[in-house]
Amino acid sequence: MLEIKNLHAAVDGKEILSGLNLKVNAGEVHAIMGPNGSGKSTLSKVLAGHPDYTVSSGHIEFEVNLRMKNVLDMAPEERARNGIFLAFQYPVEIPGVPNSAFLKASYNAICKHQGAKEATDEMFGRILIEKCKLLNMDEKFIDREVNVAFSGGEKKRNEILQMAVIQPRLAFLDETDSGLDVDSLRIVAEGVNKLRKKDNAIVLVTHYQRILNYIVPDFVHVLYKGRIIKTGGKELALQIEANGYDQILKEFQN
Amino acid sequence: MAEIVKENLTDREYKYGFETIIETDQFPMGLSEDVVNKIADKRNDPQFVRDFRLKAYRHWLTLKEPTWADVRYPKIDFQGIRYYSAPKSKPDGATGPASLADIDPELIETFNKLGIPLGEQKRLTGVAIDVVFDSVSVGTSHQEELAAAGVIFCSLTEAIQKHPEIVEKHLGKIVPYKDNYYAALNSAVFTDGSFVYIPKGVRCPLDLSTYFRINAKETGQFERTLIVAEAGSYVSYLEGCTAPMRDENQLHAAVVELITFDDAEIKYSTVQNWYSGDKDGRGGIYNFVTKRGLCQGTNSKISWTQVESGSSITWKYPSVILQGDNSSGEFYSVALTNHRMQADTGTKMVHIGKNTSSRIISKGISCDQSRNTYRGQVKILPSAESARNYSQCDSMLVGDQCTANTHPYLEVKNKSAIVEHEATTSKISGDHIFYMKSRGVDEEGAVSLLLHGFCKEVFKTLPLEFSIEAVKLLEMKLEGSVG
Repeated sequence: MLEIKNLHAAVDGKEILSGLNLKVNAGEVHAIMGPNGSGKSTLSKVLAGHPDYTVSSGHIEFEVNLRMKNVLDMAPEERARNGIFLAFQYPVEIPGVPNSAFLKASYNAICKHQGAKEATDEMFGRILIEKCKLLNMDEKFIDREVNVAFSGGEKKRNEILQMAVIQPRLAFLDETDSGLDVDSLRIVAEGVNKLRKKDNAIVLVTHYQRILNYIVPDFVHVLYKGRIIKTGGKELALQIEANGYDQILKEFQN
Repeated sequence: MAEIVKENLTDREYKYGFETIIETDQFPMGLSEDVVNKIADKRNDPQFVRDFRLKAYRHWLTLKEPTWADVRYPKIDFQGIRYYSAPKSKPDGATGPASLADIDPELIETFNKLGIPLGEQKRLTGVAIDVVFDSVSVGTSHQEELAAAGVIFCSLTEAIQKHPEIVEKHLGKIVPYKDNYYAALNSAVFTDGSFVYIPKGVRCPLDLSTYFRINAKETGQFERTLIVAEAGSYVSYLEGCTAPMRDENQLHAAVVELITFDDAEIKYSTVQNWYSGDKDGRGGIYNFVTKRGLCQGTNSKISWTQVESGSSITWKYPSVILQGDNSSGEFYSVALTNHRMQADTGTKMVHIGKNTSSRIISKGISCDQSRNTYRGQVKILPSAESARNYSQCDSMLVGDQCTANTHPYLEVKNKSAIVEHEATTSKISGDHIFYMKSRGVDEEGAVSLLLHGFCKEVFKTLPLEFSIEAVKLLEMKLEGSVG
């Protein structure tokens, strides 16, 4: 579904990703771990098409209608419409814009692109209520301004609500677990689990193993200096949790 | 109007910047008592108007330009401005064309381009339009329908000739010529504008609209509008403004006077889109305007709604004097500045009567390197028992080079008053747009969401036909700055 080949990307003229490779298939859950500054957030931003990041070489391909398409040719909104979703590490507050209006604009833009019928206010209201129920969220969320005066945990849950509404085929969750207390983490993780399907894929970018207790990954990758230096199963995360990155980095440097 | 704006959505240039080449009857540049007299001669002013002009001119000579507003510009050379310019149509050229047949076809074409058809058959239904081109009114539509209701809607020039008794009773009573520097200047040299009279108990059957167009070079526009709403009447009035793109600045100093008697209501909406100069701040209109309404009667109401998106400099504070008991005043404003525009705008609510109430909702959007200032005053006089005011002033900063300031002044002289003030500031950057794009919403959609979210209380108050135009206009400007 997603194939990243030899990706080199820079921000402010500084290369952060240096030959990254990653392949994700439908139905899989991947975790990308790595020490600070290894390029985790850069990878998320590049995938979503943030204008501050430039790709100097390499490819990102994503399956659209059974064919692999060049993601780097797509504007950020096209990527989203084709099924790529990024849950932001720091979701932006959008003053004055109600969550419901934002979600509806998003939902309808995607429907329109996919040739599906756009939702009326009434239809969309029902969809929102249903998603809130699914994620155990208070319906009051819907009427609040997007992320404005939300707690850290609420912002992260709001990202998952967006994911539930949009139903992307590939969800890239950038440190969605950071800054959450144990209960919030469990709620967010349960939400994500409810959205897992055999035809979609989830990539968790994280510092910590604990979210992987809830969302069990098929693959764990270690990102270092802009490249994936080791790939393993869920036990790799436990190993990192116990011993840190030192051992893996040593192996890599040798 | 909406059509024209929509067509040009993709093109962010100022679309009204063309110039009409037309034969005009112009005065040489400069201002003197002689020029003031010549304007009066040209227009065949009755003595009371001539006297008003001369008193105003003599008073203006004693005044100094105000400097308290947060705007910067080189000193204006008042002798370098032409004070009269009219499209030539009739042989005598005196008070504008008498009918459509007298209008230069070039001028009709101009208004077609602006989306304001002058031809009777093409006119918007439900809106009567008066059109002011440079110094004179060139035509008012729907006369018969209005006359049947007893409503007078015509150019001020025509009103002075045909209804001098009404004009004399109110002209300069709400905004006296001594009020301020630009009001004095306007009182001396005003050439045209709109006049509305709604008789007792009449609900005006149509929205009334005036379209102002500055065309001639080096010419100032000094229009003056007077709206009188007799007891129990109602009118909704809209004005729109555009001007050609020129490298030099042009002065626009208008005066608007509104008066409502018992139980009457005036709703006054403006979409101001004068040319605002280029991105480096060259050219554009200096928009120095005095607008004031007097709620003279009990239970009367005056409501100002403005969408300010043009002019290189704006200096404008539509205000309401709440004299009648239980009267109410409203001010709803969206002021968007981009490039190097400067706007110092707001309102003044003066509570005199008992149980008077006022509501101020101001939304300032500053982009690029512009300066956007809200300046508002709420004054509760000792006589204003149980007065209420609610003010909300929100600023949105787009990018990190613009400036937004809020200056609320409160003066409360009666202990029973309840005065509330709220203010917020938010900042919009490329990250907001990126966030929305990452959810599949394109730039146009993102800007529209932001704008509607920020300005919803004001947009709600705009008349429908106007609302589409105004919102598109703001979206176009904002899209150019956040993208």
